[in-house]
Amino acid sequence: MANYKLQINGTNYEVDVDEDTPLLWVLRDNLGLVGTKYSCGVAQCGACTVHVNGEAVRSCVLPISAVKEDKITTIEGLSEKGDHPVQQAWEEVDVAQCGYCQAGQIMTAAALLKKNPNPSDEEIINGMNANICRCGTYHRIKEAVKLASAKTN
Amino acid sequence: MNKGLKTNRRDFLKIAATAGGGLLIGFNWSSCDSPKMKVVSEEEIMNSALGFNSYLSISPTDHVVIFSPNPELGQNIKTSFPMIVAEELDVDWSKVRVKQAFLDTEKYDRQVTGGSGAMPHSWERLRKAGATARQMLLQAAAKRLGVSVSDLRTEKGQVIHGSEKLSYGDLANEAALVPVPEEVTLKNTKDFKIIGTPIKNVDNRAMFTGQPLYGLDFYREGMVHAMIQRPPFGMKLKSVDSAAAKAVKGVKDVVTFKDNVAIIGESTWPLMKAKKQLKIQYEPIDGQLESSEFHNRIFDEMLDTGKGDVKREDGNVNTAFRSAAKVIKSEYQCPFLSHSPMEPMNFFAHVKADGVELIGPTQTPDRARNAAAEICGFSPDKVTVEMTRLGGGFGRRLRADFVEEAVELSKMLKAPVKLTWSREDDLTGGAYRPAVKYRFEAALDSNNELIGYKLRGVGINAGNCTRENNFPSGSVDNLLIESLEYKSPITTNAWRAPITNFLAFAEQSFLDEVAEAAGKDPVALRLELLDRAKKNPVGVIHYDIDRMRTVVETAAEKSGWGKKPGVSQGFSVYFSHRSYVAQVAEARMVDGKPKLDKIYAVTDCGIVVNPTGADQQVRGGMVDGMGHAMFTNMTFTDGIADQKNFDTYRLIKMNEIPEIETHFIDNGIDPTGLGEPALPPTGGAIANAIFRASGKRVRNQPFMEQEEMKNVNLGDPA
Repeated sequence: MANYKLQINGTNYEVDVDEDTPLLWVLRDNLGLVGTKYSCGVAQCGACTVHVNGEAVRSCVLPISAVKEDKITTIEGLSEKGDHPVQQAWEEVDVAQCGYCQAGQIMTAAALLKKNPNPSDEEIINGMNANICRCGTYHRIKEAVKLASAKTN
Repeated sequence: MNKGLKTNRRDFLKIAATAGGGLLIGFNWSSCDSPKMKVVSEEEIMNSALGFNSYLSISPTDHVVIFSPNPELGQNIKTSFPMIVAEELDVDWSKVRVKQAFLDTEKYDRQVTGGSGAMPHSWERLRKAGATARQMLLQAAAKRLGVSVSDLRTEKGQVIHGSEKLSYGDLANEAALVPVPEEVTLKNTKDFKIIGTPIKNVDNRAMFTGQPLYGLDFYREGMVHAMIQRPPFGMKLKSVDSAAAKAVKGVKDVVTFKDNVAIIGESTWPLMKAKKQLKIQYEPIDGQLESSEFHNRIFDEMLDTGKGDVKREDGNVNTAFRSAAKVIKSEYQCPFLSHSPMEPMNFFAHVKADGVELIGPTQTPDRARNAAAEICGFSPDKVTVEMTRLGGGFGRRLRADFVEEAVELSKMLKAPVKLTWSREDDLTGGAYRPAVKYRFEAALDSNNELIGYKLRGVGINAGNCTRENNFPSGSVDNLLIESLEYKSPITTNAWRAPITNFLAFAEQSFLDEVAEAAGKDPVALRLELLDRAKKNPVGVIHYDIDRMRTVVETAAEKSGWGKKPGVSQGFSVYFSHRSYVAQVAEARMVDGKPKLDKIYAVTDCGIVVNPTGADQQVRGGMVDGMGHAMFTNMTFTDGIADQKNFDTYRLIKMNEIPEIETHFIDNGIDPTGLGEPALPPTGGAIANAIFRASGKRVRNQPFMEQEEMKNVNLGDPA
């Protein structure tokens, strides 16, 4: 076990966990930030996506020892009032079915739009394609990313 | 006008008497000085709401709390059910707060999510729940104003008498004491204000801000975490060396029960690590361990020589086939599939001295309760079940195996336990969609009329792998439908649109083959058969011929069937779970390869309660049907699934979906469910379009792993 200092959603945390513990499980089991989801554990579905220094990262395969000084943002900290343009667009388009993958979809979309505020259809597909939605909400995810882009610009 | 429907007096009275509890007598928000300035907290609304019946409470704050009894797994019932109650109550939707009701068999019937059955089951009782409370509010207002109920009307949460308006919140205390009316009048459907409008998912905000909603999000102080290593199918536990697993930091214990090895710890990650350190020896229970090659051999042997269970026999197929001018014969096969909901199986169980507390995602809370009661030797009323939102289900959570495991462990450890399945556990843990193989034969006479039809199917733990009374049954004079079953240690379970999720593809593809052989247009053939069933019905017919005809004709019209040069269209229509769905898939040849552009879907589910939710269910069902038809495979080696995570278990992705256009038939018939009916027709529509485009007939799933589809790139974006 080792002690790790973390900066998550603008708050400082300290946890005492094994160095190979993925950030996902530190968030969920140690810090109670359960918005970040477990689904595959092998970086194949995107449900666990968080931002590390603004980049979309799969937290299920990111060992806590690799986080260091990096600034982590989770779905709980994407916006103070739940009104990030991507969150607004997800609500307006009524994207979710079961909703379990959507936090990861939203975090992936937010990082995509930060880099590329006006993505083409193809860029949206390329940016979102690694996130699986078992309910098949892909059409609405695409639509919501476009709406969020319009809101941002 | 629906008049004079009886309410269930016993239920309503009981609930009215137990809820509310006089907690807030004399406390009335709407009489405050500036009620509109008052910011009402959600907690105040919940605490002050007075119970009118099992489904709704009204708060003096003018808010209405509506309880949704069925598990929510993405079918959007938590939004559509309360819409129906709110409609008949005649309340402003913005004043509605929705709560997931927990298991309560006294208050509710059929707290199950499965079979797309909740909507037809509850439609009338939800309407009556709203209408009854509205009637009580009217009576309270009539008494207070000294007028007759017939002088009053309601609108958006107010009872109106001329220029005088009394809010429901103002009337709640008095109305809750009004005797529950035995007869209520329901609205005329043309007066609906909420039903038929797109109401957004009530959990959107919680889902999109990461609030705890799902079973896996549940934590309680003092609980232990558990993960289980289960045996391969057909094997039992021989010995386990758990020393290395126990040495992992954070692991508290390793225990065994019923051939399972369970690791107990303080958090999830150490369990995942320790699981890999277990050294377990298994031994076969009896016989050989099953692999996919073995299943393929069994399928052929049984189809060739097995004695089928005759499910339906009309006329005489032997005579018909002997006299046939042309016989068409084809075989279709599908693999096992995992349900693989995004949220893996999990459950919280706390076995105490006097009862059991269960919390988690289940499609069948009553089954979970009974299973826990049996394990612990309690009567079921000693078990409580709180349903969390389900991160998908697809039928997997109809079973209670994961609940039983959590209960067994909590009982053994005398501690609250949260059991979590890993994705590997989910994919190797069974209860799969059964693998099935069908053999179809059709006989045409010299006029290319269909005179005989045979279907012989074999499934592994599939029960009846046919649906003998579905179309085209009823339209063919000589028909024989037989089912065979191979019993395997590999467990199976209902998987979204059980049996029909593959049968519909096979039937609708085979009908396309029949149309091709007969030189008939696929839509014309279906209409011809429906005409025959109408004019000269053969045997039992379980589908409504006119409703099916309407979706067929509408789909042909909306898609411009046969009128698009250069576009290859594939047709499919299916009736399942009381709803009708016709689909047209469109493919084009691009660089010598077929490419799917679009699928049209025309659905008749009666009244569309929530258009945004309905569109989602149809779209989602189609993407699900398409993904599993095209990409997903599951094979077995020695009783273990070869595909253990999403790197090899291939789910459909965003770049692989074509455009989808949905239409609904507006016929005012009482609504039926939508969680399943759009899935079955999709595979057939796609396969038939691929055939028109490329001349290649794909009969086995997943399409993309078949020889016919080699070098095909259906999924590439334009």
